[in-house]
Amino acid sequence: MSERLAVRKTYKLFIGGAFPRSESGRSYVVTDAKGRFIANASQASRKDARDAVVAARKAFAGWSGRTAYNRGQILYRVAEMLEGRRDQFTTELRQTGLTKPQANAEVDAAIDRWVWYAGWADKISAVAGAANPVSGPFFNFSTPEPTGVVAVIAPDSPLLGLVSVVAPAIVSGNTTVVVASEPAPLPAITLAEVLATSDLPAGVINVLTGHRAEITPWLASHMDVNAIDLTGAPTGHVHDLEEKAAENLKRVLRPQDADWTAEPGTARMTAFLETKTVWHPVGV
Amino acid sequence: MSTETLNSAADLRAFLHGLPGVDQVGAEERAARLASRSIKTTAKAAAIDLAISMVDLTTLEGADTAGKVRALCAKAARPDPSDASVPKVAAVCVYSDMVEVAVTSLAGTGIGVASVATAFPSGRAPLEAKLADTRAAVAAGAAEIDMVIDRGAFLAGDYGKVFEEIVAVKDACGSAHLKVILETGELATLDHVRRASWLAMRAGADFIKTSTGKISPAATLPVTLVMLEAVRDYRTATGRQVGVKPAGGIRTTKDAIKYLVLVNETAGPDWLTPDWFRLGASSVLNDLLMQRRKLATGVYSGPDYFTLD
Repeated sequence: MSERLAVRKTYKLFIGGAFPRSESGRSYVVTDAKGRFIANASQASRKDARDAVVAARKAFAGWSGRTAYNRGQILYRVAEMLEGRRDQFTTELRQTGLTKPQANAEVDAAIDRWVWYAGWADKISAVAGAANPVSGPFFNFSTPEPTGVVAVIAPDSPLLGLVSVVAPAIVSGNTTVVVASEPAPLPAITLAEVLATSDLPAGVINVLTGHRAEITPWLASHMDVNAIDLTGAPTGHVHDLEEKAAENLKRVLRPQDADWTAEPGTARMTAFLETKTVWHPVGV
Repeated sequence: MSTETLNSAADLRAFLHGLPGVDQVGAEERAARLASRSIKTTAKAAAIDLAISMVDLTTLEGADTAGKVRALCAKAARPDPSDASVPKVAAVCVYSDMVEVAVTSLAGTGIGVASVATAFPSGRAPLEAKLADTRAAVAAGAAEIDMVIDRGAFLAGDYGKVFEEIVAVKDACGSAHLKVILETGELATLDHVRRASWLAMRAGADFIKTSTGKISPAATLPVTLVMLEAVRDYRTATGRQVGVKPAGGIRTTKDAIKYLVLVNETAGPDWLTPDWFRLGASSVLNDLLMQRRKLATGVYSGPDYFTLD
């Protein structure tokens, strides 16, 4: 019997709940830590970025309109599905140069991180909001609301780093366009496959793979993007991206040295929240 | 005033059924092929401005108010308040009771008011009611009347009735232009679309229009292709030029440009003006404006920067 032919996977983009190829038709080679070919990944163009923003905008009203409790449940469901893909994630992480125990530990940490953020869905408003004492017969409440469409430039930590920047953005009701790590994009697309089979509404997370220096300026300058997380922005481009983001006063989260294994705190969630304050007369 | 008199319903029937059949697969493929053309940079900028000038900005909702119509008219005259170089649209299309409001708001802008009439969108009313509807719209100042054909009679094969109705409405229009809505979404086949196009043109239509926008599918490329072929062939046969208006379902700049390519390649450049080709739509205008701004500023714009309707 002849040897069975390998069934190689085509890694595509994730936009609006579907897996399209790049509109440009381009792809780039992804290699493992030793430089060997692993797969071809789609090389997204500015038009893919534009389509992803449209999908994220479309999903925003529905996602932010759900109850915090329901968002939390959906994120838990995603964590359950992540657990089922453990082997695939481990394999993909080992290709990036991690040993088996390291890869296992990173998958554990990523799933735990996701669950941790899922728990915040119905708690963040209690922590970031307030009942303010005012000098008058009024109830005065400040409540956090999602900022809108957030462009997330993911760091090169391909799974734990990715989860650590995406989960805090969506848990409060934002929708996202994620630019995956350029050298190690495969876990991001595998995560997208998990999302597609969980109950997360289409368009809440959109994943682009490709050259970050090419895609990110279009997201930073896009007038319909409300915030940008520059964590994985290519070095030397950050200043330019911040300048572009200033045009429509995007909220900007600057890159900082992050230890992804450390306790994350609430900073990444509160970075993409707006505060709404309501006055209500007492006794009415 | 009809362009010809009808000798007998039997003649009309024989003529319409004598028209060559439409190759549906061929029409779909041809439309898809033309839709794949890439229009970029300066050609795209020109196409966007041409498309804006062809838009019949439409509001046909039960919830329409005088205020909404006035807002729409302001947008028609100056689609992008921050940019005076944006051309104005071709016409504003409203229900007949809103014509007066629209005419007053558009005075001096050179933009025409089109009114739907004849028991739009279903067309299910006695002829007298349809004619009264038409006369009221014309009296209120409508320069264009968009009528619907009686699809029930057409599908039942009663072509004479459809023909006579169009002739009567054309007569009631006086000097106003008559657009005849075929409602292709209910005609089922492209053969029917071709027959209905010829029927409407022979009865005196100045424009043939695909749809009311109330039925899905509304305008599609293959249907518009067949109608463009019909107006081309009709001009060759009679010397009279008839316009075409796809309406409904055109939402993006890409869609609009596909239609322009289709017009140029099917009927020819003679039709590539607002006098002979219109786009019945409302949401497409915002997308055209967004694309126009993208070309001007180099960055993607968003819906927050344009009016909602």
